[in-house]
Amino acid sequence: MNRRDFLTRSSGALVVAFSSVGSVSDLFAQAPQPGRFDGPGTPQLDSWIAIGADGNVTAYTGKVELGHGLYTSQTQLVAEELCVPLARVKLIQGDTAVAPDQGTTSGSQSHPVNFNEGGLAQACATAREALLQMAAQRMGVPATILRVDEGIISGGGRASLTYADLIGGKKFNVTLNPSAKRKPMSEWTILGKPVQRLDIPALVTGQFEFVHNVRVPGMLHGRVVRPPEVGATLVSVDESSIGRMPGFVKIVVKKNFVGVVAEKPWQAAQMAVALKSQWTNGTGLPPQREFYEYLRNDKASRDSFTVNSKDVDEKLAKATKVVRATYRHPYQMHGSIGTSCAVADVQSGKATIWSPTQSVYPTRNTAAMLLGMKAEDVHVIFTMGAGCYGLNGADTVSYDAALMSQAVGRPVRVQLTRKDEMAWENYGTSYLIEQRVAVDAAGTIVAWDYEAWTPGLGGRPGYNNPGNVISGFLAGFAPQPFTPRSPAPDPTGYANNLNIAPSYVAGNVAGRKGGTGTVASERVLSHNLRSHFWTGPLRSPERLQNSFAHESIMDEVASAVGADPVAFRLKHLSDPRLVEVVKAAAKTAGWDARPSPQKAIRKTGVTRGRGISCVLYEGNNGYCALVAEIEVNQDTGSVTVKRFVAAQDCGPISNPDGLKNQVEGGIMQGMSRALGEEVTWDATKISSIDWRTYRPVYLGAELPVIDSVLINTPGVTADGAGETAITIVAGAIGNAIFDATGARIREAPFTPERVKAALASRQA
Amino acid sequence: MAISITVNGQLHALDVDPTTPLLYVLSDDLGLRGPKFGCGLGQCGCCTVIVKGAPVRSCVTPLSTMANAEITTLDGLGTPEKPHPIQKAFIEEQAVQCGFCLSGVILTAKVALDRNPKATGAQLQQALSNVLCRCGAHTRMMKAIKRYQREGVRA
Repeated sequence: MNRRDFLTRSSGALVVAFSSVGSVSDLFAQAPQPGRFDGPGTPQLDSWIAIGADGNVTAYTGKVELGHGLYTSQTQLVAEELCVPLARVKLIQGDTAVAPDQGTTSGSQSHPVNFNEGGLAQACATAREALLQMAAQRMGVPATILRVDEGIISGGGRASLTYADLIGGKKFNVTLNPSAKRKPMSEWTILGKPVQRLDIPALVTGQFEFVHNVRVPGMLHGRVVRPPEVGATLVSVDESSIGRMPGFVKIVVKKNFVGVVAEKPWQAAQMAVALKSQWTNGTGLPPQREFYEYLRNDKASRDSFTVNSKDVDEKLAKATKVVRATYRHPYQMHGSIGTSCAVADVQSGKATIWSPTQSVYPTRNTAAMLLGMKAEDVHVIFTMGAGCYGLNGADTVSYDAALMSQAVGRPVRVQLTRKDEMAWENYGTSYLIEQRVAVDAAGTIVAWDYEAWTPGLGGRPGYNNPGNVISGFLAGFAPQPFTPRSPAPDPTGYANNLNIAPSYVAGNVAGRKGGTGTVASERVLSHNLRSHFWTGPLRSPERLQNSFAHESIMDEVASAVGADPVAFRLKHLSDPRLVEVVKAAAKTAGWDARPSPQKAIRKTGVTRGRGISCVLYEGNNGYCALVAEIEVNQDTGSVTVKRFVAAQDCGPISNPDGLKNQVEGGIMQGMSRALGEEVTWDATKISSIDWRTYRPVYLGAELPVIDSVLINTPGVTADGAGETAITIVAGAIGNAIFDATGARIREAPFTPERVKAALASRQA
Repeated sequence: MAISITVNGQLHALDVDPTTPLLYVLSDDLGLRGPKFGCGLGQCGCCTVIVKGAPVRSCVTPLSTMANAEITTLDGLGTPEKPHPIQKAFIEEQAVQCGFCLSGVILTAKVALDRNPKATGAQLQQALSNVLCRCGAHTRMMKAIKRYQREGVRA
């Protein structure tokens, strides 16, 4: 688990042998696809797999552990494909000196990329076939009659050979073979099994090395000093205000970036508070009370159609009934439990950064831009941080540490304060969504009209935009440009990566049906706007906000036509796997088939209800349906979820217990976001800056029972699984509130105040 | 003037600024990995240690108030090879995602159950009402804590 110890312990030969990997991958570098962050990888097998002199396997991957169990499942994959026990696999994740450039660990792409026919899986299959070929040649028998067990190849009546005999300590010198065969799921003995996570014993005993625990000789400690208001710029800093404090080393200023460096962390903390600095006034913020109207009225928008059948207005005009509703979703934050931390050592024209980033190569390139260095002189070593759930402060704090280390010429560790993390991270963005759904006399949906307004600023830095996060911006880099565009052009293909279109539309674009539903009259129009706050991917980015609106209005329409919410969904879905998860969740939940709301609701006291929701995540990356059973206290407005039932199909399951843990975690985090989490601000700055002003669900809350139905589907691609369930939690809870009370709540989070307001409007 | 504290059975004499929060001493001066900085405000529990049988938020506890105290951290309970029964329960239930919050979760639950091995669900909820996990491992953690209550609390 301790990468630095491992590198120190490993034979020099191994490290030297792979020191050129960075330049090899550069040869194959290609522009990353926009919206996808998977990196170019490398076709050289030796950059993925090494067989040591002892026959043990070292595997190199660009997809890293973020608390979701990927270290273990990738180790399972390597052990399975190379036919060795788990204990004989060492996995090295995210190190620009040795690991392939797989871009960013994000977007539920680790399974699609590394567990199908490409990436790490392809490397493992190539290595196994290469080893079998070598053995066949040595034995003088065809490879097809040989078998591999625990790294020993036998068969053909010859003496068996070990991996060590064949290649121990030497290179393969072959490229990845796209036709190398994966082991069939029916033969798996390690992959697909509920293997315990390899890192948990060290975690529960406090021995695991997080990036927060990295200690380098001569290391100093830095703190950042952020602007007091959004948009404020630096006028001056008064060094005399802290220069005589014990342990003072330096005030680091680069344009609007300010940091203080001290010998010890508590000294740095005190200096950051004591530093006198002058800033201009901020640029001011729109009142939060009127924010959604502000979005709707912002005309500087970039407009896009996901789909536009151009007959929607006509269908709406002729419809028997049109259900219209507006949904509001706030900015929410990653709010990692540990504030972000990094250690950087920038000296003599070289930089080493121990970083919890999801993107070691992009961080290498962008840190190099900030430091004015060449990318190859920057070495980024992924070292786990607290669970990030997307673009938290990991990248920004890596820049903070690098800038301060460069300024003092010594290693510097920076950990953000809670406020610095929460006030300046890249939030999951806000959404205003207006939908109109038309039904005919038979109660069938005949048209779906969606229009949304959503702000954005910055995002993942990628390989060349350090200004997409706060530190890079303060140090002088602009965020990626925003260009308004209106009217929206016609779509050229159906791309529903953000689940902007609901599951129930056909998604007919350019003569092809891309959606999972039946509604052919469809218009999905988005207005992207400039945000005052930094935004970026937060677990199920935008898919969660959109799915809340889609799954809520689907329920409203079902109610309007007097249909059972499950049956009504099934009636409008065309994708059999999505149908299957809906049925599975309903069956396991013992779904009470009837229209919502329930009959004869008392208007006071505690009432119970159930709701359902579903999604095909990213339009192509994992299916989930979720039933929520809840209680609403109508006197206090508080909502308690008693039980969740999730059915998930993400293709072949790598680790059923790991998947279950992800489903449960996604649901709990989704519940926290649905019930309490909301970024807040005043006239000049963010005001949700700690755990009293930003309200997650604590461990002592009344917790639901979570039942998961894992559908293990062979013969299809392995999909992502970490973001699927969270996507539909708010929809399921909101629908259950409606079922319980007859009150529809269209703004997240469902705080007691909002629930009470919805209940009051019901009674009016 | 040096301040003495005993951490996981080991005596340390520390010549550091007495206003330094105990957490900084544990993680930076003593290099322990268990207690962590989560918020610095006593709101999340990541920095929890046990002092005199009570959970203490070390991020808001100045070293000066800890003179001669005996302190137990997550590192001091058990090892990967020989985990404490509550740590074992967390392994058995696989009740971890990122694991950053575990000092708060495990030590707070341990204190609650050591004080009252028959604690009810509501009493455990009360004990953990100010302990935060952001990954959503809540239900597994509660299962692990109840497993410790069933199987390990007197071990």
